[in-house]
Amino acid sequence: MTNQSITQKLANPTRFMSLSGAVLPWLAALAVAVIAFGLYRGWTAPPDYQQGETIRIMYIHVPAAWLAMMGYALVAFSSFGLLVFRHPLADVSAKAAAPIGAAFTLLALITGSLWGKPMWGTYWVWDARLTSVLILFFLYLGLIALRSSIEEETLAAKLTAVLALVGVIILPFIKISVEGLSIPWLGLEIPAWNTLHQPSSVFRADGPKIHSSQLYPLLYSAVGFSLLFFALHMKGMRNEILRRRVKSLRIAEVDRARAAEAAAPAE
Amino acid sequence: MDLGPHATFILASYGVFVLVLAALTAWLVYDGAQQKRLLDDLEARGTRRRSRSAGKDIQP
Repeated sequence: MTNQSITQKLANPTRFMSLSGAVLPWLAALAVAVIAFGLYRGWTAPPDYQQGETIRIMYIHVPAAWLAMMGYALVAFSSFGLLVFRHPLADVSAKAAAPIGAAFTLLALITGSLWGKPMWGTYWVWDARLTSVLILFFLYLGLIALRSSIEEETLAAKLTAVLALVGVIILPFIKISVEGLSIPWLGLEIPAWNTLHQPSSVFRADGPKIHSSQLYPLLYSAVGFSLLFFALHMKGMRNEILRRRVKSLRIAEVDRARAAEAAAPAE
Repeated sequence: MDLGPHATFILASYGVFVLVLAALTAWLVYDGAQQKRLLDDLEARGTRRRSRSAGKDIQP
């Protein structure tokens, strides 16, 4: 027992509930504090020389877009944990992450659209980046719908996990949709699609392309919203564990009532 | 603070952001409270879970 890994220790839902109950309030408070600091720095930063004041949208749009993708990666990772390692909390994690990831994807789409209108002159174009993020949103909805359409929980978990792993192909597609992909030693050359969306300004091989007065507030904001994502995910996992305990107790109650009913004529 | 000619788009972005995250947080808090209440009710009625060996691996 002393050689248990952290994941093995957290595999016990009772231990997870105890640990997360202690961590969650602090994590939520830290998330709010870092978001407030990041947005304060963002709103007091100078306007962009090209985009003017609309650059303020970047401090929420970019973290939302990153978390939309990270959320799906978390769903896929948890699904892998369920299918391969049968980790007891893997399905709980995948189920809890889906609506949160969907919410951040929706926010990335809406804020991007509201940023696009004054900058591009249109709310929407059917280009590779915008369309692939819309597909990501539909994938999230598909995962939620598939799970809720199957009553048998074990089967629903497995089928949802398979769909999540198949859908993970959308993540590299979103990334290369604007920038293309070049891996010379593999002879791989995927050209960038024609798009209005700008390429990444932060995570680049040649370093960030935005000024530090905008870069640091963006990073603070991204860290803050990531902490919020994990706090919401932890809360969602706690809710799901409680829901499964309620279900388990209800089944036990019905079993007991049936047993009592079956025993009654014999008495 | 003067947000210039595109103030509506900036404020709408932040408004939607706050609205969606507030709704998500409220739903999670409400759901948690509801599950806790249901669990407390069942336990108050004396219902106990079946043995661990009878449980399934993905049902905590």
